[in-house]
Amino acid sequence: MTKTSGEAGTKRAKMAGRGVKVFYGEKRALHGIDVDIYQNEVLALIGPSGCGKSTFLRTLNRMNDTIDICRVEGKITLDGQDIYDPKLDVVQLRARVGMVFQKPNPFPKSIYDNIVYGPKLHGLATRKDEFDAIVEQSLKRAGLWTEVKDRLNEPGTGLSGGQQQRLCIARAVAVSPEVILMDEPCSALDPIATAHIEELIDELRANFTIVIVTHNMQQAARVSQRTAFFHLGDLVEVGATEEIFTNPRDERTQGYITGRYG
Amino acid sequence: MTEIAAPMTATHSFHTSVEAEKRLRARYAAEQRFKIYGILAIAVACLMLVVLLFTITREGMTAFWQTAIRLEVTIDPAKIDPKGTRNPADFDRAAFQDVIHEALYTRFPQAEGRIARKELRGLISPVAGVFLAKEVGDDAAMLGRTIQVWIPASDAINQIEKGRIDRNEEEANRPINDRQLAWFDQLKKDGDSGPIFNSTFFTSSDSNYPELAGLFGAVVGSVLTLIVTLSLALPIGIATAVYLEEFAPKNRLTDLIEVNINNLAAVPSIVFGLLGLAVFLQFFGLPRSSPLVGGMVIALMSLPTIIISARAALKAVPPSIREAALGMGASRLQTVAHHVLPLAMPGILTGTIIAMAHALGETAPLLMVGMNAFVTSAPSGFLDSASVLPVQVYIWADAPERGFVELTSAAIMVLLVFLVAMNGTAIWLRKKFERRW
Ligand SMILES: Nc1ncnc2c1ncn2[C@@H]1O[C@H](COP(=O)(O)OP(=O)(O)O)[C@@H](O)[C@H]1O
Ligand SMILES: [Mg+2]
Repeated sequence: MTKTSGEAGTKRAKMAGRGVKVFYGEKRALHGIDVDIYQNEVLALIGPSGCGKSTFLRTLNRMNDTIDICRVEGKITLDGQDIYDPKLDVVQLRARVGMVFQKPNPFPKSIYDNIVYGPKLHGLATRKDEFDAIVEQSLKRAGLWTEVKDRLNEPGTGLSGGQQQRLCIARAVAVSPEVILMDEPCSALDPIATAHIEELIDELRANFTIVIVTHNMQQAARVSQRTAFFHLGDLVEVGATEEIFTNPRDERTQGYITGRYG
Repeated sequence: MTEIAAPMTATHSFHTSVEAEKRLRARYAAEQRFKIYGILAIAVACLMLVVLLFTITREGMTAFWQTAIRLEVTIDPAKIDPKGTRNPADFDRAAFQDVIHEALYTRFPQAEGRIARKELRGLISPVAGVFLAKEVGDDAAMLGRTIQVWIPASDAINQIEKGRIDRNEEEANRPINDRQLAWFDQLKKDGDSGPIFNSTFFTSSDSNYPELAGLFGAVVGSVLTLIVTLSLALPIGIATAVYLEEFAPKNRLTDLIEVNINNLAAVPSIVFGLLGLAVFLQFFGLPRSSPLVGGMVIALMSLPTIIISARAALKAVPPSIREAALGMGASRLQTVAHHVLPLAMPGILTGTIIAMAHALGETAPLLMVGMNAFVTSAPSGFLDSASVLPVQVYIWADAPERGFVELTSAAIMVLLVFLVAMNGTAIWLRKKFERRW
């Protein structure tokens, strides 16, 4: 489908979905999604609520596996490799494709332990000083270091909402993933914390490929290079964010971004 | 502005009308009534508790001391060591009682003749020799010496001293006659009678004689039984709960299992006792009355409770924690082991300790597997015959001797102390685990 592959050419597709269909039991939530996700870019998924944005995002690191009734068809690749290949190890996949959830969900442990959990799990480091370095680097990348460096042993759940979400980003970053998925990461946060995270996403783009679900159009416009508009389980259109917001090709997209429904 | 404000004035608003005032007052009255009901309910509950504790304590406190009589006893070698070997192994244990009787006759030379002497012997415990034997021990050097010892009084004297038998009762109606009372009063006047701490209660096991009966054997039996129960029920219960809650597919079979577990929790405990009797004793031939079998029966009985409370604790762990761990690339087992189970642990422990507290007080199923055996020494292992605290209470409550009445209440007090200690441990453990978060 040429209309969804956007402005390919020079850029490399880090991940790609072809004909992705998702079923919850008998009900089909996605009707065949074709999309490319480019390296070191932020792809925003927008659309009215219930249209399948989260569902699609969760197919990208197979978090849907945890839902008994959920079934995925079609093909999703990471660096050209099919991630639904039975031979592929899902634990390894999730180390390469990290996730940040809608509600900040730090472990009820210390800030330090939150960050080192992933690296320990995947054997990224063994010595204390290596872990210390990972903690510092991850927190710096998440823009949280200066705020928490003196209380690394305090519980992560004691931080403010915005700080908790940045801790979750730091935790995801700590395992050195290639792709980071974010499902409405700012919907539970106040405007200042949101601005903080948006800035952070822009910085993270240098090292990671990012897919972000948002229902805030300004946010999509601010942080993403490309935007995909979902509607009732279909991918209506995908392209450069500027293009989508200034010159949408589909009238459903236009209706949504001008606020006629949503 | 004025047009908008007009309908808000007091006379027009629905919410400030006279009816509204009435409704408001009715609501306040209802709230007040509800509060009073609540306080009354708490007061009734507290009153019951206080009455219970008061009666048990009043009955039981006296068991912690014992009336004793001081005598000058001569350890007559001719009687104690008839073979003359001076080897403690050859001592005639039964002769200690005779020696005490001799001391008693010396103390009251006026009591002459068979009947008078029999009445005199009625002052002291028929098993006083045991206490003297303990005093002398294996010390051969004691032979031939005259020592002052406190000897437990007979149960009848003990009960009179504690006011449980009225000494002003008609002579025919009390177990002690006037002459015996006069002797005893003489002893008291001379300072040769008084209360001593009843250490026997804490150091010995069951006996036919209240002054010799203690709770130690039952405590050891209870501890051994609970060890068996806990080490079976806790791992099996947690494993079942974790599997059902975190791994099992939700289908007919698991639904059926769930319903059955809930039903098992409501099965009367005696049924578990019968099961234990049929399976553990008759089929597998495990030793009767043993803490092993008792613990297994109670473990079966506690399992549903532990599983249900563990599942509730696991359910209470927010799904976002599981998502976080899975999203980090933890496997399902790692997610459970690293995050879900530690978070659920305080709840699981609380449920388990409540189940253990129930198990500690469980009587009926243990009667079925023979733990009401008359056991005169503490069990030395899981296969020994043993009794447990509540069964001991049951046995003593049934005993005819007056002395066992106070022992029963005292045993209940000890049981309550254990329960409070266990609940305290539960709270302490919970706090300790919570602090790690
Ligand atoms: N766990 C689930 N079980 C059943 N249906 C689901 C589940 N999650 C999502 N759905 C359905 O899939 C559709 C898409 O949901 P979702 O991806 O959450 O939408 P969005 O994130 O765009 O708001 C909705 O109709 C929703 O009801
Ligand atoms: Mg969503």
